[in-house]
Amino acid sequence: MIRFDNVSKRYPGGYDALRALSLHLERGQMAFLTGHSGAGKSTLLKLIALIERPSSGQILIDGQNLSRLPRRRIPFLRRKLGIIFQDHHLLLDRTVFDNVALPLVITGLGHREIGRRVRAALDKVSLLGKERAFPLTLSGGEQQRVGIARAVVHKPPLLLADEPTGNLDPELSREIMALFEQFNQVGVTVLVASHDLDLISRLPYPILTLRH
Amino acid sequence: MNRLRGGLAGQTRAGVQRWLPASVRAYLRCNAQVLISSLGRLYRSPISTLMTAAVIGIALALPTGLLVLLDNLERVSIGWDGSATISLFLEQSLDDEAADALAAQLRNSPQIQDVRHIRRSEALEEFRALSGFGEALNSLEDNPLPAVLVVKPSEAYSGADAAQALAETLHARPEVDMAQLDLQWVQRFTALMEIGRRGILVVGALLGLAVLLIVGNTIRLDIQSRRSEIEVTKLIGATDAFIRRPFLYTGLWYGIFGATLAWMLVELSFWLIADPVEYLAGLYQSSFLLRTFDLGQIANLLLMGATLGLAGSWLAVGRHLNAIEPR
Repeated sequence: MIRFDNVSKRYPGGYDALRALSLHLERGQMAFLTGHSGAGKSTLLKLIALIERPSSGQILIDGQNLSRLPRRRIPFLRRKLGIIFQDHHLLLDRTVFDNVALPLVITGLGHREIGRRVRAALDKVSLLGKERAFPLTLSGGEQQRVGIARAVVHKPPLLLADEPTGNLDPELSREIMALFEQFNQVGVTVLVASHDLDLISRLPYPILTLRH
Repeated sequence: MNRLRGGLAGQTRAGVQRWLPASVRAYLRCNAQVLISSLGRLYRSPISTLMTAAVIGIALALPTGLLVLLDNLERVSIGWDGSATISLFLEQSLDDEAADALAAQLRNSPQIQDVRHIRRSEALEEFRALSGFGEALNSLEDNPLPAVLVVKPSEAYSGADAAQALAETLHARPEVDMAQLDLQWVQRFTALMEIGRRGILVVGALLGLAVLLIVGNTIRLDIQSRRSEIEVTKLIGATDAFIRRPFLYTGLWYGIFGATLAWMLVELSFWLIADPVEYLAGLYQSSFLLRTFDLGQIANLLLMGATLGLAGSWLAVGRHLNAIEPR
């Protein structure tokens, strides 16, 4: 699902975020990505989502070579991904329902189908009662779960999470991780960047550690 | 029968939906949704929407109003075009019989529709009555005024050039002292109108450019205020077209609102000057009435507004949307 071959990323100014990285994550696998801050976790996720382009090396996502992907095809690659951010990136002027519906709206899905799938996703993260609420009225954990619902509502084959438990207490963090495990059990490839070693080392998944 | 018709209509609708490919249906649905949602967004901030629309409206109303005014002036002059006449001032030595004979001769010419003979005595009477020099004329021994033949060219010779040629031919006759084509000031008037029209077009072009910039700037601010939303939707996999769409439709709405406002402004202004114009027309024994827009012109105005709005937002979107990339 994800294959990195000798990938390097150097930011303008000469800072090397990644140096000759190779990794392979198979379809349906779940893995953690860790390393101290600045080791390149976020850069790696950004390369997968094509927010950044690598300076050298090759990245294949779902068999697709990203370096040969023209700009106008990027949106269609991103639709295969579900991305969860540490600061959830919700639109504050829209309801929970509208936030979660966004990935479906951009594909031009019908009204009724959108409603059905959004409610299914909200049900999955136990937020069915909050669909009319605005993000700012929710707690941090609830906001993060809205972010997760939005990332999975269009049933992407690959789920990326960047420090999804960064702002949450241990109890909520465990719940969030349990959610990811559930998605993985139905066949979604999951890559979670986290520095919460306490939590991830207790889970039975491979841990990729980036060392600078 | 009714039931049958209802059944057929229902079938046709379902048929159309089935025939359209899913991608086209999705595209149409997206556009319809954004058309309405962008309208809703404008509705939710009525003051700023109204202000932008008002600026566009005023900018469009000015050239539009002037053009309509010009159209009215041209309508006044339409009656004159057909009435090109040539006044032949005859030699002083010619008496009434000779003048009558000449008039009769000219009437038979195929180039001429009608000739009216103003005798010297009639000319004097008219002059006495109208000029206010009656007392002074009484002291004259001789009638100083020549006889005049007012020649109305036939339809084929009513055009400016043909009438001019006819006047010159007539002038060449020995009985004629002077031939004056009364088309001249109609021509001058038409020329003035042409200058006016060009001037309005220049002003209109400049104000159209202003509308373009106003819409562009409004959309630019809109893009900036929705920056995070654009970033998030790009991250989720929205295409450029999807992100562009609400801004383009917003620009379209601004243009349509502005044009509607311009229409109302022009109607209002003409309503305000209608009474004095009617009074003035009355003084000229004319039943002239100001005319504003017909349906085609309203459609044109709305189309113009919509085009300018769309073009303005295109400019802003093209320049500013690509600059926003998720980080």
